[in-house]
Amino acid sequence: MAESLATEALVVDIPGRADGQPLDLAVRPGQVWGVLGPNGAGKTTLLHTLAGLRPARSGTVSLADKPLPYWRRKALARRLGVVFQERHDGFPATVLETALIGRHPYLAPWDMETAEDVALARRALARLELGGLEERLVGTLSGGERQRLSLATVLAQEPGIWLADEPTNHLDLRHQVAVMDLLAAQAVAGCGVCLCLHDINLAARWCSHILLLYPDGKACWGPADAMLVTEALEDLYGQPLVAAEADGARVFVPASRASHKP
Amino acid sequence: MRRLVPPLAVLAAAAIAALAVAVGIGSVPIPPAALWAVATGGGEPLHQTLVLELRAPRALAALAVGGLLAVAGALMQVLLRNPLADPYVLGLSGGAAVGALAAMLLGLGAALVSGAAFAGALLSTVLVFGLAHGTGSWTPTRLLLTGVVVASGWGALVTFMLAVGPTRQLPGMLYWLMGDLAYARSPWWALAALGVAVAGAVPLGRSLNILARGPLQAAVLGVAVRPLEWGIYVAASLLTAVAVTTAGSIGFVGLVVPHMLRLVLGNDQRLILPAAALAGGALLTLADVLARTLIAPEQLPVGVITAMLGVPLFLYLLHRSRG
Repeated sequence: MAESLATEALVVDIPGRADGQPLDLAVRPGQVWGVLGPNGAGKTTLLHTLAGLRPARSGTVSLADKPLPYWRRKALARRLGVVFQERHDGFPATVLETALIGRHPYLAPWDMETAEDVALARRALARLELGGLEERLVGTLSGGERQRLSLATVLAQEPGIWLADEPTNHLDLRHQVAVMDLLAAQAVAGCGVCLCLHDINLAARWCSHILLLYPDGKACWGPADAMLVTEALEDLYGQPLVAAEADGARVFVPASRASHKP
Repeated sequence: MRRLVPPLAVLAAAAIAALAVAVGIGSVPIPPAALWAVATGGGEPLHQTLVLELRAPRALAALAVGGLLAVAGALMQVLLRNPLADPYVLGLSGGAAVGALAAMLLGLGAALVSGAAFAGALLSTVLVFGLAHGTGSWTPTRLLLTGVVVASGWGALVTFMLAVGPTRQLPGMLYWLMGDLAYARSPWWALAALGVAVAGAVPLGRSLNILARGPLQAAVLGVAVRPLEWGIYVAASLLTAVAVTTAGSIGFVGLVVPHMLRLVLGNDQRLILPAAALAGGALLTLADVLARTLIAPEQLPVGVITAMLGVPLFLYLLHRSRG
């Protein structure tokens, strides 16, 4: 499980945008990376590039020092899991069937899912508090339940690297915390985790490392403590912020109009 | 695997029963005992001729064509991620029809009509794929749109040929367009194609299940998306071409049989694809029995019957599934 996902002079291919700053970073086992940036900064495109789903403009992404294009897709799928922001559910399927697709990379064409696979999927569903919904059709789930189901599918996939695009989307506060705890626990268990987030405060509480993506292609990254400073975030979002310390974590609040600097 | 066997056993029994009905019923009814005698190599000479030379080939052709259309429809629905897709959605039947009608207008024989239909179907497949693929992007929407437009082009050509064709040829042309098993000579090609298709598609079933959830999701779970999509496209097109060449463009089976099965059996393609082969075959075999007996000695186009049987059955299942 001790495999890192590393980029080398990576330039993500965003049509119509200049190259910007090449990325040289590594998501190592035990780390939780948060990718922050305003809408349109290319967070999702970066995540898809890291997953090998779209080619980079230049540079490479490597897993365990082997560039992604040299991996067999199925071998890669046993090591790298993605929680997408958008989903297409196709034909009606039950919650359990949807969690079970996470076992696909482990099965040969003629294999049916074993009792062990089903037990694994059930545990993943229970871990995300979906245990009672196994036979429900996916189309009847709420947005938050569907989001948790996506996480359960990746949990059943047992990857060493987790890439998640806004995993707390649609979730109420308690479930946001539960999901961030789950992802942090994956890191503690030896996975590398990389999340696109909109909520600075979730990032401040749970991420060990931060990548700031600016709309013009500029980027900076490093340990969370060094990156989450008021000036950098104000610059990132074009929004005045006020920082405070609470319960051992840094908290950022939009500044009120009265306190806007002239 | 245990989960798959009971429904497939029931459908296989239904298909065999449909075959038995198809060879037993007709202008000369053959009772089950006499049928058994023929099947085991005995029986009266009249019965032997009726069963082995007339009814069995036609019934087997119906079984194969129904199965081919249902499997091709199920594959197209997965490929295009669109429940309204059927084997003809990409203009395949139109291309086949233009080929067949042109051959009829030229006064060519049955074998050449079939050959022209097959060529037309393949031409349409290549045309739609080439046009949709033009700039490198290959989305289901683009493929679907290209197919629909190409199909309407073929439709205009068909109408043109019907308008200028000599009156005495019109009934033959219309029967071909509506689908007719009377000219199906040898069922073996179609049966072989069906067997190969099902044997090849079932191991890919789990990949197809995941592909139906979108290409990105499929790719991160280890599915080779582009080769699989190409494979489905080529396979579904060939199956449809064989079916259309054997019996004309029979509507409805390819659209509705997969959906009926999904309503009853769920959406696992490992089950749906072999089930579609059996259910589509059984449905078309029974429809053909009705087509040749309802107003005997005249025959109806079998496409009329598939719709008359399938529409109420489908609506009933759809209605029940909501309750």
